This record gives sequence, structure tokens and C-alpha cells, in this order.
Amino acid sequence: MTLNIDIKEEQRKAQETISQQGLRVLVCAGTGCVANGSLKVIERFKELGADVSTLTEHDKMTIVPTGCHGFCEQGVLVIIPDKHVTYVKVKETDVEEIYESHVKNNQPVERLLYTDPLSGQHVHKNEEINFYAKQTRTALANCGKINAECLEEAIAVRGYEALANVIAAGNPDAVIDEIEKSGLRGRGGGGFPTGRKWRFTAANKGGKSYVVCNGDEGDPGAFMDRSIMEGDPHKLIEGMAIAAYAIGADEGYIYVRAEYPLAIKRLRKAIADAEAKNYLGKNIMGSDFSFDLHIKEGAGAFVCGEETALIASIEGERGMPRPKPPFPANKGLFGRPTLINNVETLANVPVIMLNGADWFAQMGTETSKGTKTFALTGDVNNTGLIEVPMGTTLREIVFDIGGGMRDGKKFKAVQIGGPSGGCLTEEHLDIPMDYDNLIKAGAMVGSGGLVVMSDKTCIVEVARFFMNFTQNESCGKCVPCREGTKNMLAILQKIVDGNGTMEDLDTLEELAKNVKEGSLCGLGKTAPNPVLSTLKYFRDEYIAHIKDKKCPAGVCSKMTSYVIDPEKCKGCSKCARNCPVEAISGEIKSPFTINQDKCIKCGACIDNCPFKAIERK
Amino acid sequence: MSETVNSKVDFQTMEEILKSFDYKKSYLIAMLQKVQAIYKYLPEEAMTYIGEHVDGLSPATVFGVATFYAQFSLEPKGKYEIKVCDGTACHVRGSLPVLNAIKEKIKLEEGKFTTKDGLFTLEIVSCLGACGLAPVVVINEKVYPQMTPDAITIILDTLMKEEQ
Repeated sequence: MTLNIDIKEEQRKAQETISQQGLRVLVCAGTGCVANGSLKVIERFKELGADVSTLTEHDKMTIVPTGCHGFCEQGVLVIIPDKHVTYVKVKETDVEEIYESHVKNNQPVERLLYTDPLSGQHVHKNEEINFYAKQTRTALANCGKINAECLEEAIAVRGYEALANVIAAGNPDAVIDEIEKSGLRGRGGGGFPTGRKWRFTAANKGGKSYVVCNGDEGDPGAFMDRSIMEGDPHKLIEGMAIAAYAIGADEGYIYVRAEYPLAIKRLRKAIADAEAKNYLGKNIMGSDFSFDLHIKEGAGAFVCGEETALIASIEGERGMPRPKPPFPANKGLFGRPTLINNVETLANVPVIMLNGADWFAQMGTETSKGTKTFALTGDVNNTGLIEVPMGTTLREIVFDIGGGMRDGKKFKAVQIGGPSGGCLTEEHLDIPMDYDNLIKAGAMVGSGGLVVMSDKTCIVEVARFFMNFTQNESCGKCVPCREGTKNMLAILQKIVDGNGTMEDLDTLEELAKNVKEGSLCGLGKTAPNPVLSTLKYFRDEYIAHIKDKKCPAGVCSKMTSYVIDPEKCKGCSKCARNCPVEAISGEIKSPFTINQDKCIKCGACIDNCPFKAIERK
Repeated sequence: MSETVNSKVDFQTMEEILKSFDYKKSYLIAMLQKVQAIYKYLPEEAMTYIGEHVDGLSPATVFGVATFYAQFSLEPKGKYEIKVCDGTACHVRGSLPVLNAIKEKIKLEEGKFTTKDGLFTLEIVSCLGACGLAPVVVINEKVYPQMTPDAITIILDTLMKEEQ
């Protein structure tokens, strides 16, 4: 089919506009950096750049507010690609120095460069920052490199080219073949082959059908979908339009958590801009393909990440899951055939269509192709969002990209996949991480939340934390999940309070199996995973809580006590003065003591002792 | 419901909200979000109004949806909404001491979410997606990164002084 838009020509024009911008200074304007004051940094740069007459190498400077670079902890990030430099932790007051020294006189500002946590050296070139150097970015390729609120910038990096090609070729089945051949699997957690899902939905072609994007990123500790929606919204929109073309849908919804206001704002603008250019809406690019896209804001319910619950929520109802079958591919939104894919999955679609299924399939492992984003957080030096080929080992992620453990702490475990996932320990550091290997290890890729834990983290407390979360979020429709999670939580609470018995462990395991088997939806079916996996690898720690009434990590307050070492105590009375409950007493210049009956274990004494004489046991 | 609350709901505003969504029941959540944006909570009269004026809905259905989602509040919220993130990353990096510091500072009674003077409402949320900045506290949409008990106490002190 001939289109009335020459996308290659649009691309050339967009690239030309950008090439005339002079020196491009990228400032991150993702949620994290905005919280750290990036909007003020942008304003200051604009003020300084207003007078271009002082520039030497370039005729002008353009400030580009971008989406998330993934390196949130080092924010505000300022990147000058032409000078291959990344500045970290930039404040409004630093801008003038960067401008005067580097922009005008080509002298880098040493003190604002990233310091490698392992070598302690400043890193001068972007390419040498380990956090970025060891990543392969496809879904996140443009995040942080383009102005997320500007359609032209998306066009310049080949935005909507895949869509134009697909419509011009006029063969929806070929699109499904290509996606199937690429081996792409659902990035939201389940890992179901995307091409197969498309084929099932396309089989019901004829009447009205829908494409829905699941942007209800509810797993605590995961924020890749937020970054894509904020940083490269057009890629998601294009992915949805290609999916709609392939399965014969003409309407779509993006369901976004209400907790992501910036993502909602940028998506709304992106949809409006794409409609204005006829990349969305009626008769796209002059073809007979139409696709209307809407945004639905969630209202704070984790269970809505489950596809049937999400459908109920879009329909304006309580977000409760429905039994399957019927599957959404046959009977979904408003009773019509519906394709539901996660944000990251859809963001991979345009890239696959541009570079080909073979290109995509050469990355990854035998059964898991392509790349996967992970949100790396916890006790690790470089926290942030990363994208690596499937099959990368945990060791590479934690110790190379992550820069090792924070404050020299000892690696204990990684919790992967959030409340549905499990733990990986030292013995798993070298297995290639993909869908199937992780399931074998008793964990799952899940949405890709990766929380690194040290020996100062109590594993039992972490299991209780996740159970508390799923129990709170259980919608209450089916009994195993509603009652089972409640009882599991009660047992875990009993154990961290120091009242557990060995029989409790058996009951916990039995309950876990029943909840897993009997629950209606994914929330309940996976809720026991954190418990089962920690019981498998850290049973000793559970037993220490039960038999010895000790928390080996020193976290569970009911089992810890604060003791003053009389050898070290100089009798300065600072602890006693800071104790909120007057539990510490003694005479000046002789060792003080803590009354254990009065102590509420707040830790104020430890924080205030100038001689490190107080120990938590 | 007391009369004071009753007089708050303006039915003309309600009518405009319903109209903007074409009286379609699939927009119920969006309608409730609009109502909450105006009144800061969902007054009973507003929910009844929607239930009686939108085809296919009843006040009971509306109440059912309103109580299902964590975002909706059936009680008036304070002037400052404090959201403490207790997602995994924040939890591991010490969100609970921050939470306790807030409770102590605003003198929140056990089992309550809003302070007596109506100034602060405290909520625990599961993840704000700003994990790189953990632990995170959000007060009226403003994100405060890398909080400690001391830091949040200073922030709250400033807010309290402004109010005096």
C-alpha cells in the first residue's frame, strides 16, 4: 500500500533540525532526577546559554530534557555527547562551572565526574563507566538520549519507521511470523511467547478487538516500565500500533498506575502529537488502517497487573481477576478479543521489526531471546535501571555493572521478581539468568526487580515483608489467597517476634503449597514463592529465630538487645540524655548500663555514642 | 453524614463531571478520581449521585469500587498528604525508621491516618518507582529523596512553622 507520508524523508528532516542545534547538553528529567532538582539545572543552563556569543567551538547550545538514564542515584545527570562526558550529582549551583569551564573552554570539571567505586578514580569518558559499558540497550535504547516530549526527536532515531514499513507491506500475518521467529517472550513476568499470543488473538479477527498495554507496574522495586513511558513514549505507542495492525484491532488502551503522574503526562502529549501527524488515529499515513489510543489511570491496586483484573478495572469495575478460560484472546475487554502485553514487551516490537527477528534472536540464550531490563537496587554501589542480554550472570550484574557491594558489606542474596519471585544466593552467582534457569532455581525473572541484600538483611523479615504486601493486595475473591496469605503472614510475624515453633515451619510450608495450587490468579499462585525460596536456602536463619531466639542479621527488634561495653564506655552520659524512654543510667565517668525492660530498641544510643561502646546483639 | 459535608457537594459540578465522561459507566474510576481531586476525598453524596445518574450503576456498585482501590479515601484528607514509600528498595534501605519519625513528629494517634488538626495525612505506599533514591517520601507530589529520620523531621518542622 502506498502511504502519503515518506517516513524516511521525515527522518532526514528531523535529523537535520537536530544537527543544527549546536552543542547538545542532555539533562535527565526523569522522576528521580526531577526529585533531585533537575528542572532548576535545566533553567540555569538555559539562562547561561542565552548569550551564545561567548561560545567558541559551537555556534549555539541546546538543552535537552531527557527521560531516565537509569542511573538515578547519581542524579542529576548531565551528559554532553559531543564531549563524551557524563557529569553526576549536578546541582543548580554547579551549572555555571560546567558552562564556563567545559562548554566554553573545553576543560572538564573533574569534581563532577563519576567516581568508579572500585578504583576510586574519576571516569572521563562515558564509554568507560562500567554501569553503562556492560549493558546492551534495546528497549531502553533512546531513554535518556532524546527529548521525550518531542516527536521530532523520536522520528530522528527511526521512530515510526517500522510502523510505516509494516503498513506499506500490507501483510499482518508476516508481522506475527516475524515476532514469533524473534523468540520474544512476555517481559511482565509470565514469559509467554509474544508471537503466539498475537496469533491466538488474530485468530478471532473480524469484529471489534483491542490492544491493551499493561503499564500497571506494581512490583515494588521495579521501575523499567515507568522509565520507558517517561523516556521514550513514542516507542511504546509505535509498538502498540504495530500489534494492532497485526491482530486487526482498531482501538487500544494504556493502563498506567496513578503513582506515575509524569509517565501519564508524557504519554498524553505523545499520543496527541502522534495523532496530529497522523501516525495514530483514523487512516494512519493515508492507509485504511486506523488505531485510536486511550489512557486509563489505575487507582492503586496491585492485583490490576493481572490481565483479567486489569480488564475489569478498565471497564470501571472492582479490579478482580476472572477465571480463565475464556482467555482475553477470545473474550477480553468489553467481551471482545483482546491482546494484552507489558510495556517492555511492546517497546521491543519496533526494534525487532526494524532490525529483523534474526538480529534479536542472536542475543540471549536458547529459550530466552533478546535483552531484559532489571531494576538494580538495595545494598549495591550503583543502583539504577539496566538492560543486559538474557543469560547474563548475576555476578556480572552485581559486581561489574552494580560496582559491588555498598560500604564493603558481604553479599548474601538477591531477591528477584518482587513479591512473586524468590531468592538467589552465592551458589547462583554464575548461572546464566533466563526464564527457565531462574524457574529451576526456585525464582523467576518476574518484572525484573533485583534487590541486592547483605548479611545485614534479615531473610525472615524480608519474607514477612513480601507476605505482608501480597496479603494487603489480595483482592479477596478466592479463599486460598484471601485466608491463606493471612495465616502465612500471622506465622511469619510470630517467628520474627520470637514466638515461633518448629511446627509453625511445617504449617507454613503446607499452607504455601495450598495457596500456590488453589488460588485463582497469578497473585495468589506466586504469593508463597518468597517464603518457599527463603525456606529452601535460608532454613537455618528461620531455625535461629525459632530455637535460639536470635536474629543473625540483628534486624528483628524483638530479638535484639543493646548492650554497653564497660571497657569502651567513658561514662559521658550522651546515650542516657538521648534515650527517649530513660532506660539508660549510670554515674558520670563510669560505665553506664541499659535497663532491658525499659528499652524500646530504637537505636538512638548507638547513633549518639561517640566511643562506639554500644553493641546490638 | 453530617450537614457540613452535605453542603459541600455541588450537584452542578457533579453533573459537569458526569457529562465530561459521557455518562459512561466504564469511566467510573476516572469520575471518582475527578471528584477526589476537587474535594480531596469522596463524599458519600457524590458517590450516591454518580450511582443514581449513570446507567448500569447503583450507589452500592460505586461504593464497592471506591472501597476497592487504595487511591480513594472516604474521609477528608489533611492539607499535607505524606506518602512514605515502603517498597522493597526503600524497605531494605530503612523506610521504617523514617515512618516512625514522621508518626512521632506529627503526633499521629494509633490507628488514625490524619492528624487531629487536619494538617497531615500519612499513607504508606508500596512503590513509587524512584527506587534509586530510596528511601523516598512524597509530600503533596513533591519527592524527597534519600530520607533519614533527622532529615524528614527537619522538613516537617519547616512545614509546621509555615502553618503557624
